[in-house]
Amino acid sequence: MENKSKTILSTKNLSIGYGPKIVAKDIHFVLEPGVLCGIVGVNGIGKSTLLRTLGRFQPKLSGSIQLEGKNVEDHSPSDLSKKLSVVLTEPPASKNLTVGELIALGRQPYTNWLGALSPEDQKQVQDSLDAFLLNELKHRKCHELSDGQLQRVLIARAMAQDTPVIILDEPTTHLDLYHKVQILKMLQQLAHDQQKTILFSTHEIDLAIQLCDKILILDGDTNPFGDPCELIEQKHFERLFPMEMVQFDAKTGSFKITK
Amino acid sequence: MQGPAPYRLSFVLLGIALVLAWLLNISSGSVNIPFSEVVSILSGTAAQVDTWNYIIWDFRVPKAFTSILVGGGLSLSGLLMQTLFRNPLAGPFVLGISSGASLGAALLLMGTSLFVGMGSMSFLGDVSLALAASIGSFLVLAVVMVVAQRVKDTMALLIIGLMFGSITSAIVSVLAYFSSAENLQRFIFWSFGSVGNLSPQQILLLTGIVLMGILLSIISLKPLNAFLLGERYAQSLGVSLKRSRFIIIIATGLLAGGITAFAGPIAFVGLAVPHLTRQLFDTMEHKVLVPAVFLYGSILMLLCDMIAQWPNSANVLPINAITSLVGAPVVIWLLVRKRKMLF
Repeated sequence: MENKSKTILSTKNLSIGYGPKIVAKDIHFVLEPGVLCGIVGVNGIGKSTLLRTLGRFQPKLSGSIQLEGKNVEDHSPSDLSKKLSVVLTEPPASKNLTVGELIALGRQPYTNWLGALSPEDQKQVQDSLDAFLLNELKHRKCHELSDGQLQRVLIARAMAQDTPVIILDEPTTHLDLYHKVQILKMLQQLAHDQQKTILFSTHEIDLAIQLCDKILILDGDTNPFGDPCELIEQKHFERLFPMEMVQFDAKTGSFKITK
Repeated sequence: MQGPAPYRLSFVLLGIALVLAWLLNISSGSVNIPFSEVVSILSGTAAQVDTWNYIIWDFRVPKAFTSILVGGGLSLSGLLMQTLFRNPLAGPFVLGISSGASLGAALLLMGTSLFVGMGSMSFLGDVSLALAASIGSFLVLAVVMVVAQRVKDTMALLIIGLMFGSITSAIVSVLAYFSSAENLQRFIFWSFGSVGNLSPQQILLLTGIVLMGILLSIISLKPLNAFLLGERYAQSLGVSLKRSRFIIIIATGLLAGGITAFAGPIAFVGLAVPHLTRQLFDTMEHKVLVPAVFLYGSILMLLCDMIAQWPNSANVLPINAITSLVGAPVVIWLLVRKRKMLF
């Protein structure tokens, strides 16, 4: 893994929020290609705000975000669309799209002014369908899909966009345990097999510990970032929730209700 | 997305239907001209009766052409609005854009005489009526757009559109109260809607406006498809939100405003046709939908106009009433049968 030394996405002293209101500050992390990174933290700590800032949906307050050696603000919109793709919590505006149509929209940054798909575009769409086991659903409408299937379609669309970085906002909410694990395993596979850098927010801390290469804990203080094992050793998960309610068990890497 | 190729057959059928509807439209009217005569007049041979020639070429052909522009253009503006506002119930009428055009027209037809005095109408020609109605619709469209940015709730947006309708109709009634009978009559006839009685210059201007709207829609095909995912996704695909939204709004305003100016407020075509088209073309791809919606709208308008020109009678019904009678049940049927209106 010689390209492990190459940084693709990093932040320094990043502060995020809305206008005068700072939601989170002092966020540092460095991500290399092929890394699956989870962002964990309590509700309202700024996970979604961070992802929205990284995706340039809202301006940062201070600090810097580097994407492929350049400030993220310095990428042109069309340039950025080839570097970073997103999976948002909101469903697609039109649920009348078929699975195939929706995934093909991921190729827009590469198509001509009419959006015609080249053989290369079609191959990328087909690869995405294959990777997320969506071939049989290709002609289904989005409103006919279950939550888990729709989530897979949205991630497949991001994969078809063929960007080195993919960011996802809570890709596992509303799913049962089986589908949560399925989605996260697929993300892990995508990161490792295709050397994508995948950053996602989640509340499934125990799953993130098992599957992620890196974890960023937003705790409103130092925001530790590192390997899951290191973070466990440094007892960062213990401080995530009030001790009298839930306790972290370092041996199993999961939370237990305090009795 | 798939291109128009798999829908070739549907397009051919729609094309044939358009030609048939056009022929039917031209061959029916208050004066009964036999169908064979109509065909021979259209193919260039002189008719047995001289007036028939005149009726076909100077009256019915321009009227049919206007119907195509009006029906196609309004339907296209409805499609653009449904995609832009992510709302299956959006349309020029529901969002108050037609009301805005009415207000513009009312201010010109009835207001100017109040403020400027009589006689000012003499130099205010067709262009100023089109301009006034277009400005009215653009203003309402701009306000609706600002509101849509703040209110994400689609129901709220529709209610706001209805409120705009109420406000404009209130202002129109105030104007009507103070206006002279003659001006009032002009406004009322305008508000019935009509695709006939347009001068060649007016038709030329309307053609220009509709072509402009079509052109702007064509250059927006790719962003329109991206908007189906939602604005944030569109942005992440490299779409310049401000620019694309601006172009689509201009296209919508030109189509809805320009057409309403010349043909009067014509209800339901813009709302219903995109949904009817999706029954036939099961896709969301705008490369397919834009031409299909235009064709479908043209056909529907030709047929509605034919009904309005009640065959073999001198009576001409208000076309606005016909489109409402056709369009409103369609919307109800879609809501009841399909449970949800998807766009």
